[in-house]
Amino acid sequence: MKYAVPVILVAVTAALMVLGLFVTAQSGITVGVTKGSALHTARADSPDQALNNLLGDVQRRNWDRAFADVSTTSGTNEPGFIQDWMGSNGSLRSFSSLEGFDSRPLHITNDEAQMRVSLHFSTPVGPLEDVRDIHLIREGEVWKALWPKEEISSVPAQVIPVNYLRWDLVTGGAEDEWGSKNVDAPHVRIISMNAVDSAEGAVVMGEVTNEDTVPAFVTVNATLVDAAGNPIDEESSFDKIAHVLLPKQVTPYRIDFPTLSLKNVKNVRMDVKASLVPASADPVIGVMDQRIESDAQGKSILHGDLLNQSGQTVNIPHVIASFYDNDGKVVWVSDGYVDRALLPQSSEAFAVEIPRTVSGKVHSFHVVVNQFSLGKS
Amino acid sequence: MGFAAACAVACAAQDLRVPQSAVAGEIATISTTGSGNATFYLIGPGVSRKTDVTLGQEVPLAAQDLRNAGEYLAIVCSGTCSSANFYVSAAKPSSITFLVHPSRVPVGQENVVSGVAFPFDQHHNLVLTTQNVSFQLTAKDASLWSHPVQTQNGVAWFRTSSGKSAGPVQVVSALGDLTSRRVLQQVASDPCNLRITGQRTKAGILVQTDPVHDCAGNVVSDGTIVTFTATGAQGTGTVDAPIKQGIARAQIDAPGAAAISVASGVVMGNEIHVGAQP
Repeated sequence: MKYAVPVILVAVTAALMVLGLFVTAQSGITVGVTKGSALHTARADSPDQALNNLLGDVQRRNWDRAFADVSTTSGTNEPGFIQDWMGSNGSLRSFSSLEGFDSRPLHITNDEAQMRVSLHFSTPVGPLEDVRDIHLIREGEVWKALWPKEEISSVPAQVIPVNYLRWDLVTGGAEDEWGSKNVDAPHVRIISMNAVDSAEGAVVMGEVTNEDTVPAFVTVNATLVDAAGNPIDEESSFDKIAHVLLPKQVTPYRIDFPTLSLKNVKNVRMDVKASLVPASADPVIGVMDQRIESDAQGKSILHGDLLNQSGQTVNIPHVIASFYDNDGKVVWVSDGYVDRALLPQSSEAFAVEIPRTVSGKVHSFHVVVNQFSLGKS
Repeated sequence: MGFAAACAVACAAQDLRVPQSAVAGEIATISTTGSGNATFYLIGPGVSRKTDVTLGQEVPLAAQDLRNAGEYLAIVCSGTCSSANFYVSAAKPSSITFLVHPSRVPVGQENVVSGVAFPFDQHHNLVLTTQNVSFQLTAKDASLWSHPVQTQNGVAWFRTSSGKSAGPVQVVSALGDLTSRRVLQQVASDPCNLRITGQRTKAGILVQTDPVHDCAGNVVSDGTIVTFTATGAQGTGTVDAPIKQGIARAQIDAPGAAAISVASGVVMGNEIHVGAQP
């Protein structure tokens, strides 16, 4: 009798473990939205299960097993497949990890399926979402993914002369005569400001320009003030701005006040700070083929291609776009990181979303490219 | 100072004769009356000294004790105390500190340049007596502006407009043989009459500005960003290109016909139309 309770407990625990495995495996074959990460089952007898197996192994970075879920007819090889997930050239993807995924079928037949998967990455710049359509085929009794071969820019060997300007800073020492080495901070100006309520809270946005002849490191802060003149909250533009502005350059800025509404706000106090910063006029990045299109979900997306016109790799390109109405007023500012490095003389596509509430008002837009390169501040 | 107030009531037995015009960094003496030994105290800016003295003899004050200009208090105590105040003035100017603002200024701006000069003696005391300071602005060895000013309470200042030509300007303040120089950078103002030309090449459209000048004819600083915007059937393409040797150039990847406009900061330029790739 004294062994009865432990034996029952062990038996129930074992039964629950087996049941858990069974239930998880079953969830893989339900048609509809599924959530990662599922346990790997050796035999993928449905498109959902094949996709879950593949992405689950990618999450665990079990590359051999993940690549085993890719059809040999894909045209890609394992190193290329790994590079697609792991990134290269110090890109944002290199510093990211797949945290989870949601998938749903677009269409399924007996032999092939099209699945739309939302990949949730954690990155140093915050969570990023990537939506991909993955084609799966049935090979015998097993479903496998067709993984497109990653197109890597091929740039011929060449010498690209870099002769753009560079600004360095020389600062005086404590022993210098008072006033002998005073160099003024750059003169910058906010040229537009607009405050709106959005689904996520109050947003203050606009554009700021460097009116000086030297580069400036710029930050914009906003303070919401109530009717009594008391500050409600203060926030900064953080990464929704191109901080380093070359002479006469214009950047959008956006300052978010999550959970706050403008109905209690009487005034917005703006504060722009600028300081001298070493900078280079290189690299020059062109923004080509900019166009606003609707995606499959009906969202307005600004698409385009970044073209690196220099000889230097841009590890993490960051796109910031301001959108104007018919009167030229900034009605929204969006930003997005490109998770692949921008190689010299090469282009990479980008996309930033426009909220539904403002997409109807957008008449024109302006895109600036912020860039982060390893080894440079 | 509390001690001095107490002395004013209780210390009337001895008499002190302090210097009428002491100068910072120079020796001075204080005369005493009476006889016998006494204790002498000197309290002033940055100094506090106690010595034994003989009444009826002069108390020497070392140059080191009087380095700092300002109000001093001398006290002699022998049973009772007596005290006297005296003032040490700054010595003659030996340096001039000069501040000029701003360090960079666009040409053709009214009353934007200001300068302030402070004369100091060799012990870094501000010289409060009236001094004649001359301010002068020169560019390429040519005098642009000069102005004599008298100091008031140790300060002389000027305010003037920026010139019409970009380049370094030397700003000099002079006081007798003393001079202090600062360099003010006059820079071109906003671009004026920004114009572009463009032609189709194998790689796309090569577009470039005419030499970019401000309205006074100064070449706009290299590194200034010029934004080229090409609008065509494929969408919009923009390139932020820096000016180099007075001209900004950009390669725009647009196979179709495109209208190309240009802007720098808040200044707009002309628009050109380039046909499609043949």
